[in-house]
Amino acid sequence: MNEQQQSLEDLKHIKSIMERSSRFISLSGLSGIAAGICALIGAGIASQKINCWVKGDCQLSGLIGTAGTDLLNELFWIATLTFVAAFISAFFFTYIRSKKNGIPIWGATTMRLFWNTLVPITVGGIFLIKLMELGEYQLVAPGCLIFYGLALVNASKYTLGEIRYLGYGQLLLGILNLWLIGYGLQFWAMGFGVLHIVYGIVMWYKYERKA
Amino acid sequence: MKNPIEHLNKIFDSRIRLGIMSALMVNDAVSFNELKELLDITDGNLASHLKTLEETEYVKVQKGFIGRKTNTTYSITRSGEKAFKQHLEALTKMIGSVK
Repeated sequence: MNEQQQSLEDLKHIKSIMERSSRFISLSGLSGIAAGICALIGAGIASQKINCWVKGDCQLSGLIGTAGTDLLNELFWIATLTFVAAFISAFFFTYIRSKKNGIPIWGATTMRLFWNTLVPITVGGIFLIKLMELGEYQLVAPGCLIFYGLALVNASKYTLGEIRYLGYGQLLLGILNLWLIGYGLQFWAMGFGVLHIVYGIVMWYKYERKA
Repeated sequence: MKNPIEHLNKIFDSRIRLGIMSALMVNDAVSFNELKELLDITDGNLASHLKTLEETEYVKVQKGFIGRKTNTTYSITRSGEKAFKQHLEALTKMIGSVK
């Protein structure tokens, strides 16, 4: 190996160590696809519930009297289940990838990514709960998209940098949604469903296809 | 033109020492165990390379405790940072001199 090649190898080594020691790079594209599919299924079920409530032919709400609060309750559970399913399936694929690459899943980089994503999400969640208490339901979908977008842009410093574009996409949808109130579910499905899937496919193609 | 090889730091000839410095450049402090996992080497091997870097004062040690277990972390010194940057520059120049 001549000196130039040696230098190039050294630089590559430096770059790889810097990335592996400061960023959580096991995040799998398949995680994005799985989370997106969960979101689309959740949005589909929610939309059915809303439709049947609007038409007034739900069997359930007929049984339990006050249909309005019943619907909100159901939507809340659908949202929670969707989130849990998306989180578990996303974790699953990332876990597999980290095993394959021999990088421990729980380390300093994971902690940092977790914390920096959790802060905007938690604050956003509290804010949205307060909005719901005040009855401002139309702001919940754009709020989810905006806070999630901010969390992703923040997270991009601690994991694969491309996630920033997914964040920008969520922010754009969230802001548009502010002026197109009433299409919350559609925007929500677009952001949490379609964007995740597109991002996941691109990332998988870029980093994992060969592996 | 000066030969860029002159600016290459002998200390960083070792891939392991280069790796330790790279990790410390982008992190405030890294523990012994994290370095071990990152570089995939044995305790003894890592300790001896860290010793060399400590002796040249490129790296400083902080000894602490997590519960009852000792937790030793390492961070880069001012002079270590300077030396590493010079070495990086020299490496980049080496590649540039292909033309």
